[in-house]
Amino acid sequence: MDVIILQVLNGLDKGSAYALIALGLTLIFGTLGVVNFAHGALFMLGAFCAVTLNRFLTLSHQVVDPSRTDFLGNPLKVEVRYIEEWLGPEIGGAIIDWSVPLSILLAIPVMALIGLAMERGLIKHFYKRPHADQILVTFGLAIVLQQIVKYFYGANPIATPAPEAFTGSFDFGVLLGFEPFSIIYPYWRLVYFCFAIVIIAAVFAFLRFTTFGMVVRAGMADRETVGLLGINIGRRFTVMFAIAAIVAGLAGVMYTPIVAPNYNMGMNFLVLSFVVVVVGGMGSLPGAVAAGFLLGILESFASMSAVIDLVPGINQVIIYLVAIIVLLVRPRGLMGRKGVMED
Amino acid sequence: MLGLSRKDTTLLLIVLALVVLAPFLLNPFPEDSELARFNAGYPDLMQRFVIFGIFAMGFNILFGLTGYLSFGHAAFLGVGSYAGVWMMKLLTVNVVPAIIASVAVAGVFSLLIGYICLRRSGIYFSILTLAFAQMSFALAYSVLTPITAGETGLQLSLNDPRILGSSAVDGTIPATNFFGIAMRDGFEWAVGGWKFTFNFGYYLCAVIMLIAFYISIRIFRSPFGAMLRAVKSNQQRMNYTGINPKPYTLAAFVISGMYAGLAGGLMVAVDPLAGADRMFWTASGEVVLMTILGGAGTLVGPLLGAGVIKYFENIFSRLNEADLNQMFSGLPDGLQSAMVTVAQMFVGDGWLLTLGVMFMAVVIFLPGGIVEGGQRVAGWFRRKSGTEKSGKAAPAASAAE
Repeated sequence: MDVIILQVLNGLDKGSAYALIALGLTLIFGTLGVVNFAHGALFMLGAFCAVTLNRFLTLSHQVVDPSRTDFLGNPLKVEVRYIEEWLGPEIGGAIIDWSVPLSILLAIPVMALIGLAMERGLIKHFYKRPHADQILVTFGLAIVLQQIVKYFYGANPIATPAPEAFTGSFDFGVLLGFEPFSIIYPYWRLVYFCFAIVIIAAVFAFLRFTTFGMVVRAGMADRETVGLLGINIGRRFTVMFAIAAIVAGLAGVMYTPIVAPNYNMGMNFLVLSFVVVVVGGMGSLPGAVAAGFLLGILESFASMSAVIDLVPGINQVIIYLVAIIVLLVRPRGLMGRKGVMED
Repeated sequence: MLGLSRKDTTLLLIVLALVVLAPFLLNPFPEDSELARFNAGYPDLMQRFVIFGIFAMGFNILFGLTGYLSFGHAAFLGVGSYAGVWMMKLLTVNVVPAIIASVAVAGVFSLLIGYICLRRSGIYFSILTLAFAQMSFALAYSVLTPITAGETGLQLSLNDPRILGSSAVDGTIPATNFFGIAMRDGFEWAVGGWKFTFNFGYYLCAVIMLIAFYISIRIFRSPFGAMLRAVKSNQQRMNYTGINPKPYTLAAFVISGMYAGLAGGLMVAVDPLAGADRMFWTASGEVVLMTILGGAGTLVGPLLGAGVIKYFENIFSRLNEADLNQMFSGLPDGLQSAMVTVAQMFVGDGWLLTLGVMFMAVVIFLPGGIVEGGQRVAGWFRRKSGTEKSGKAAPAASAAE
């Protein structure tokens, strides 16, 4: 029993990332009808927002400390971070420590701008082009974005630590009445999961309870009629693209302490997220979220050593296998809507 | 000639001439000149031109004719490579059985995958093929390591149990050969400052490429090719006329898979090493790009696309800062450093950025690829001369009335 709970928990953080990216993909697909292969790159850009902020906060300069000397007897030069100099070591240190959560504040406007620029500058011209063209141009864009990031940040993963307060692990074993330390789970992953739930809930609430969201949902169902009612649905869809970009970016920001980001991280997530979207059903938001968590958990079960002994290599292919089976048995996906991308 | 129309015969002859004369054409700069780094006439690169030409040509039969965008074609190339190396390990280092095995295995593999993937179309088809390719890649890296040698890559070794032929000659691994002529054999010809390399491996690949090109022309011009175009333009109408499009599409898929396998077989024929990274989905993306860049659905487009991309890959990724400084040395100092800084992003490791930019530019501005670009340019000239002619002809005509 404790093993099962452990695997479910392990699957949650990856599942959260899948769910968030797939949510954005589905939003873009459902509103604009565009297959966005650059969505993984948006996830990566979000992660690099966190890296950038961390770099800015830890900018430092050399100061000669007269009270200390190095081994030759000269006054010691020490690196002093600007932010600690200005705000005092306590506040400055705390800000640096909390740089990843703080990056959210940076990532929201940055990702919104990137999303708007992308939609207005590029995607807009591809609404009427075939899906193959959309895939290809966004694939090219993803390569360009990756290479630009690689040029400025190098190819190696850049570790960005979580705040000190979240570095430990939480002992679920005690909480649920099992042996102590039988189920331990890092705090940050718990934070990530909760964060993902909050974001998903926020997106759903936005679509469900605001007038703007209502119009967007109407537009997703029947774009032409909404347009005939005198509503500029195109502009609202552009905003939805920006929101999808923000969701992907935030997923990336919060993921940095779990896996050190490098320029390539988005691509790995992208392929899997597409599979998630297809399994969930093209154009279905709850489907994307459910399939994201489901596949994350399945993947973590498949990487149990008992399962690998039984079916070698299953952990590598389980997601693709599920996708193939779902597509063949239930082509519309788990919760796909009728009439969306039927052919 | 050979059952081709006059236009196609001309095309085939042009390609034949280009391929045969490639060692001269690709080496236009003398050996010790500054521009020699832009020469592409060395065997390794020329082989890659024709091999990827075959790969893209096969992909074009599927994508260009039927419109089905496969994002997992590299898997067939990878499977073909593995089959080829195994043939050389177990049977003989003669490349003919290896190439035949590559094509056959890739054909069977694509039949299997195509049968499943072609139940869906559009974006679903793309994602299914992508999923299968990624699955093959992951398996080649993990469980199938005994067959694929995982990360190190499958290669010939000194104790291969070769049935026909010997495991080792004078303590070294025997070279891959075509009935005794080693693939790496060749001769060099120095004329003045130029040095031309003629490599046997290249010419074998070139001959096979020409045969593949001929087959591709025949497919394009056949009733079968017309059926494939019908799949692209309107499947529903095909159904109404009582034709089942599925067998045609599957046949196209298998043919293009066999082309990919052939490319994989030739790759290991000239360099007997097969790695799983050949199956990674970026490799699949690259062949899509080659086809689009050259012009999907055109005969010669994929060849051009493959050539351009492989050329850029090699030349751009070899350039470094010193080369750039030299290239822009004629400019004023400030401008020079600025140009070098900008250009540096696009060369060396950053050549993928060039690739991405090219990708986007082609899809946005030139969806028909190089071939369409050429046609447009030709169209301008024709129209210009055409208007002049009609301009002159019109008064004459009115005078005649």
